[in-house]
Amino acid sequence: MPDLTGGPAVAAGAAPAVGAPPGTAPAGRWIGQPLRRAEDRYLLTGRGRFVGDLEPSGTLHLALVRSYVASAAIEAVDASAALSLPGVAAVITAADLAGVAPLRGVLDRPEFVATDMPILAADRVRHVGEPIAAVLAESAYLAEDAVELVEVTYGELPAVASAGEALAPGAAAVHEAAPGNVLVDFTPMPTPGLDGIFASAAHVVEAEVSSGRVTAAPMEGRVCLAAFDERTGQVVLQTSTQVPHTVRTAVALSLGMDEHQVRVISPDVGGGFGQKCVVAREEVLAAAIARLLRRTVKWVEDRREGLTAGFQAREQFYRLRGAFDADGRMLGLDADIRCDVGAYSCYPVTCGVEVLMAANELPGPYRVQSYRVRSRGIATNKTPIAPYRGVSRPQAVLAMERLMDEAGRATGLGAVGVRDRNLIDASEFPYRNVMGASYDAGTYRESLAQCAELLGYGDWPAVQARARAEGRLTGLGLACFVEPTAYGTASFGMRKMTIVPGYEQATVRMDPSGSVIVLAGTHSHGQGHATTYAQIVADALGIDPGRVRLRQGDTELVPHGWGTFASRSIVAGGGAVARASADLAGQLREIAAHLMEAAPADLELAGGMAQVRGDPATSVPIGELARTAHHAAHLLPDGLGRGLEATASFDPEGTFSNATHGAVVEVSPSTGGVRLARYVVVEDCGVMINPMIVDGQVAGGVAQGIGAALFEELCFDESGQPVSGSFVDYLVPTAADLPEFEIHHLCTPTPRTPTGSKGMGEGGSIGAPAAVLNAVNDALAQVGAHVERVPIRPADVMAAITAAASSDQSADRKEAK
Amino acid sequence: MTDAQSIRITVNGTEHELAVEPRRTLADVLRHDLAYTGTHVGCEHGICGACTVLVDGLPARSCLMFGVQADGRSVETVEALGTPDALGPLQQAFTDHHGLQCGFCTPGFLMLVTAFLRETPSPTDEEIREVVASNLCRCTGYQGILRAVRAAADAGAGS
Repeated sequence: MPDLTGGPAVAAGAAPAVGAPPGTAPAGRWIGQPLRRAEDRYLLTGRGRFVGDLEPSGTLHLALVRSYVASAAIEAVDASAALSLPGVAAVITAADLAGVAPLRGVLDRPEFVATDMPILAADRVRHVGEPIAAVLAESAYLAEDAVELVEVTYGELPAVASAGEALAPGAAAVHEAAPGNVLVDFTPMPTPGLDGIFASAAHVVEAEVSSGRVTAAPMEGRVCLAAFDERTGQVVLQTSTQVPHTVRTAVALSLGMDEHQVRVISPDVGGGFGQKCVVAREEVLAAAIARLLRRTVKWVEDRREGLTAGFQAREQFYRLRGAFDADGRMLGLDADIRCDVGAYSCYPVTCGVEVLMAANELPGPYRVQSYRVRSRGIATNKTPIAPYRGVSRPQAVLAMERLMDEAGRATGLGAVGVRDRNLIDASEFPYRNVMGASYDAGTYRESLAQCAELLGYGDWPAVQARARAEGRLTGLGLACFVEPTAYGTASFGMRKMTIVPGYEQATVRMDPSGSVIVLAGTHSHGQGHATTYAQIVADALGIDPGRVRLRQGDTELVPHGWGTFASRSIVAGGGAVARASADLAGQLREIAAHLMEAAPADLELAGGMAQVRGDPATSVPIGELARTAHHAAHLLPDGLGRGLEATASFDPEGTFSNATHGAVVEVSPSTGGVRLARYVVVEDCGVMINPMIVDGQVAGGVAQGIGAALFEELCFDESGQPVSGSFVDYLVPTAADLPEFEIHHLCTPTPRTPTGSKGMGEGGSIGAPAAVLNAVNDALAQVGAHVERVPIRPADVMAAITAAASSDQSADRKEAK
Repeated sequence: MTDAQSIRITVNGTEHELAVEPRRTLADVLRHDLAYTGTHVGCEHGICGACTVLVDGLPARSCLMFGVQADGRSVETVEALGTPDALGPLQQAFTDHHGLQCGFCTPGFLMLVTAFLRETPSPTDEEIREVVASNLCRCTGYQGILRAVRAAADAGAGS
């Protein structure tokens, strides 16, 4: 058997970045060890199984005819030439899909306008890339040939290509149901007297910040393979998703089938980052066609489709005002937020996902006493949005942290001083914030202090001045944030979703040989759950984690669950695994107590043995207990043994990780290029099950955040035509673009989860845009310039420097009164 | 469509003879005609490098090569570097240093670095960063990959 757990992941002498102690795990405590991942051996040797690898004989390849105009009536679709091509089996249009319902994400709230996302456009297209017809052919090459032969006649209509245009009087309506193009208008009850607070405040500072449209761009694009199983009458959909059960629900609803008539299998998933936590219409389409034609149908998104028709994210605009007293305490926050949500509402979270989160989570780690916000989701003739790692938090933090830097200048407290004065103190937890969220304990001020120390904040003015004297523009930027993770059903229910995720279930089953199978409804796609769940089970049962294996990603096999997104798995899934393991440990102790004629409470499970606490001489191997439970159950009283498994659920009340990120940049005054010199993270996610994996999650998130800060943007022209259709145009960061990240941890175990762990999958991406923007502005302040938008392109920096040089106004900071 | 053409290619030491359409990419030939599915396709336009294989010892984007161009040549894929029970030294370094998460881009990095370390067994950190910058990874922020390559080089994986 491969050695999955041969001690800590980082061998002696290797880089100590994950803080691995030498030697093996201390007795009874696998949690906290940086174990090598159980998943690695097959992935590293090309033995993984991704959906694109599957190609049963007889498979029909599906390629899509997609709209090349942003807004039009479909007047005709002529597939005759395509159908005459040898090897083309069918061309499917909306007319062939009568009875297949559109995807309809709904928030049951009056300020939300529900709209349908058709599986194939019937008479109207609303964005470039919208699917109109599906070609089925014997090879992928033929299918693409045939796509070129399908003639679509468009009656072009006016398109709105930006949120500004969409809100203008007389703008064309993307959906008839929303004549003003506002799909969500969220204005929670403001704190009374807010205008008075601003009128009498010692300082009022403003920030106006925006972020460009980006996309998750997982290295494996979306892909699915659908078949119809005549034996069971099931549609079997293999798909690269984060949420197998949610896909099952959507397909069953759309096709009018019972959920058990749809089986969703998701083998290895090549990254998702949120884009695959919603249901793609292509998934429903493949299932519908497989049922219709009784054939196996495969769709593989190509990268151009991924960058133009795949879900997008983060195109947001923030206008913030903050009122501060003379001592720099924030008295009030007033915000106007606009999110360009594109042409449709994703299922099931809807286009409200960014809008509501932006408004609800803007106050972040700060003691915001009074708050007024309006947050709108605006329809445009662009690709629909979906959650992307952190959803609205990277942008909300960008805006708040820009405001804090302005407040630091206005109050004279500086970037650290003003933050420290307003961060929630350790003595205030659990802290109920102005929107009603209850924060568990964290290290908000401590992480700021440590990050500032690591960056040399105290000496920074002198360091910066020396660089300036050498003709270099350097800057230091900070970002503090709280990361609400693992929403439970109560939180999702408050959003008024009509399908409410949040809980998780796990089955922990010991087989007669003493090995354990974990069946989980979460769906790891790089997070290493086969490893971390095994660590949790191993501690509970006193066995080696190498004896624990995970099964996931098959709705026929695992309990109903909500998949992996929103930093939920180690909390919700890990919590369910911990509870089920505790139950199973109790069963093992009872069996052992019966065999050993001892009291269950006196027994412990450790080192593969059940023994009287502290008395190894009394031990019975756990494998013997497992064998007895299955193969010699007659020795046990009724109710004991006769199988050995437990199922538990966990519905978290929500955990709140926190971090401070800090960046040091050098800005070229001649090219506008930004080089990252240092990137420091001080984060607190409670108990780390596997610190190596935690560091990996942080690093990956930071890289994506830096991408959004400096490189990545999906651009559209004024007619709504996407112009970033390749990785030549859409710049995912490479190793040459990133410094070595310096990642540090604080640990505040949460009492809200069985393991003391908080979620942390998104944090890296949340802090980076703000830290980088603030660092660039710290550098540019030396020449009286500033930028207010990410990505910060060299041309933007040069324009800011040029404008500052030609105008005295640039020195006039935004202190307003 | 154009008639299939007969080709003979050696993959990981095994010779294969098959007929392929001239426009069929080497990636598709390897993955779907010969079942070497460890090679992945991430962008089909030569940027991401997930499909990197070695052709006559040199890294190549198999999405940008036609199968017919590999006629008479020798191809190495990730399947040749080790097995789950016996990882090669570079693969071992990747697991030791958390150089992969979802694992989709990983075969491309492994092949790229295999060729690099054969040519440059004692690279500087800058040389490592430069070569790793040839491919894209969306999960790791490259931190673990860079450490893994450093460790593999230090352990003599390229010599």
